[in-house]
Amino acid sequence: MTVIATESLSKRFPRVTALDRLSLDIGPGVTGLVGANGAGKSTMIKILLGLAPATEGRAEVLGLDVSTHGPEIRERVGYMPEHDCLPPDVSATEFVVHMARMSGLPPAAARERTADTLRHVGLYEERYRPIGGYSTGMKQRVKLAQALVHDPKLVLLDEPTNGLDPVGRDEMLGLIRRVWTDFGISVLVTSHLLGELERTCDHVVVIDGGKLLRSSSTSDFTRTTTTLAVEVTDSDAHPDGTGALRAALAAAGVALHDGVEEGLPGAGHILLLEAAGEETYDLVRDTVAGLGLGLVRMEQRRHHIAEVFRPETAQHEEAQAR
Amino acid sequence: MSTPAPEAAPGTSRIHNIGYRSYEGPRLGRAYARRSLYSQSLRGAYGLGRSAKSKVLPMLLAAVMFIPALIMVSISVYLEAKTLFWEYTQYAVFLQLVIAVFLASQAPQSVSRDLRFRTVPLYFSRPIERVDYVLAKYGAMSSALFILTATPLVIMWIGSMLAKMDFAEQARMFGQGLVSVAVLSVLYGGIGLVMAAFTPRRGFGVAAVIGVLTIPYSAVSALQGIAYATDNTGAIVWLGLFSPITLVIGLQNAFLGAPASFPAEAQVGAGAGAVYLAVILALVAACYGILMRRYRKVGL
Ligand SMILES: Nc1ncnc2c1ncn2[C@@H]1O[C@H](COP(=O)(O)OP(=O)(O)OP(=O)(O)O)[C@@H](O)[C@H]1O
Ligand SMILES: [Mg+2]
Repeated sequence: MTVIATESLSKRFPRVTALDRLSLDIGPGVTGLVGANGAGKSTMIKILLGLAPATEGRAEVLGLDVSTHGPEIRERVGYMPEHDCLPPDVSATEFVVHMARMSGLPPAAARERTADTLRHVGLYEERYRPIGGYSTGMKQRVKLAQALVHDPKLVLLDEPTNGLDPVGRDEMLGLIRRVWTDFGISVLVTSHLLGELERTCDHVVVIDGGKLLRSSSTSDFTRTTTTLAVEVTDSDAHPDGTGALRAALAAAGVALHDGVEEGLPGAGHILLLEAAGEETYDLVRDTVAGLGLGLVRMEQRRHHIAEVFRPETAQHEEAQAR
Repeated sequence: MSTPAPEAAPGTSRIHNIGYRSYEGPRLGRAYARRSLYSQSLRGAYGLGRSAKSKVLPMLLAAVMFIPALIMVSISVYLEAKTLFWEYTQYAVFLQLVIAVFLASQAPQSVSRDLRFRTVPLYFSRPIERVDYVLAKYGAMSSALFILTATPLVIMWIGSMLAKMDFAEQARMFGQGLVSVAVLSVLYGGIGLVMAAFTPRRGFGVAAVIGVLTIPYSAVSALQGIAYATDNTGAIVWLGLFSPITLVIGLQNAFLGAPASFPAEAQVGAGAGAVYLAVILALVAACYGILMRRYRKVGL
């Protein structure tokens, strides 16, 4: 089943091309749309909501064409903008009830769903107080609640972790994960932080300058780069245990990383190698035993998606994270 | 085998451990959303559904608007007068400043807030469209003004019956008065919303609305005075085209049985009246068009 499909989708503004022949096929679950500032993430969301016409190509949301079925799509989809959008002088309850009615819910259902949804996003007594007095984290929850209140099939969340501290960020990401796992609502979430979506998303789409850089499941991202760190002791027969293991594994056809890491003091070095599967673990174990070395550790290094991404952006991301 | 999907951050799942219920009920769509926005905005113009503080000014202005009618009616009934001493069509003109203050305070709260706090994109991410938003807001503002201006006329009419005035005549004049304040409400509503929609900053909208209603009126009155003093009575009628309230005054003088209230008792004839009507319709259409344009970019 396809939730979002685009075909050679382009959006050109007089000066910039925000989206450049983007073709995507996104299924149910949590999908991350990652890109640096100006990559075209928000433009993509506006096109998917049927609010901005594409210059070229086509897009479908829940099987509906965005250019002809905007209202139907907007009835089934929720949207959380990246910017502030909450009036400070009304309470979260009043605001979300109003937004539920704007989505077509009858008055009684709007009130009931508002109470439920605000509880689900973690707002309790404070929901009767004016929004102006809320923390950034609470405001983000209200923004999420108004996107969920009408029980959509899909929510489009534009940078929901923006402005949150690390704890707030983790809570928001956990909440987003639950939107899919517990509520069964598919999610498209944007971020310029590749790393933070790794834990949350089933699938990540990376765009840059409106072009598709990569689209794959998060498990693919990490699986293709599963790295094994192996540390061995030296022995009398092999004063350079690490060197001996490296030579033996290379002879056995294992892909080895060039450098070695400094290990624990007095314990030699750590060898990094690519694990193709279970066999590699067995091979390493047998080789170490065959050489008569002691195995200090063998552990999986789960790479961050950032490392698979362009180094330039990874640096940018680090700068952002600081 | 693929890596299992990452789980929610520990802790959060415990806090929010309430089963999710999906919604299977009706979704009433666009027309319902537009009606809801209309009634919410109309109630909001009188502070209903808003904080206690927001109710003070509109309620006070409504009281100021209604009290003269109550007093007039009481006196008329007491004196068993044959006619009310204010014409139905004059009432809103006499109290135009109260109407202006009401519009200046409520038009910004109706549209500027949504723009200032950037709530508008949330509307347009729903089934509701730009035209629905504009129609609901315009309709609500005009209805609020109509309630403000028509209620005193209703009070007067009831009073006229209690004082046993000529029923047919009073009913006709009351009807003409209602048409007049309906025109005023639609015209003022459009002007107020346009000014407010272009001044999202707090305070500026209030000043802009008051300004656009009173400055042209002062200018027109002054110029009409000069025209009168220089024996240019022909110009008096045409000068009336250049301010909102004199447009209404001219129209009701031409078609709604209102007495001449320009200097020199200059009468607006049917020909000039048609021009007045055309200008009013053009202004209303322009206000609607400008509002539609105003929201074209905001959804994005
Ligand atoms: N209405 C517009 N007119 C002209 N250019 C626009 C318009 N909207 C977006 N752009 C441009 O299109 C590009 C993509 O913008 P977009 O807002 O989609 O990026 P983004 O990925 O959401 O960035 P950010 O992380 O900053 O939110 C940018 O270069 C932006 O300047
Ligand atoms: Mg953006």
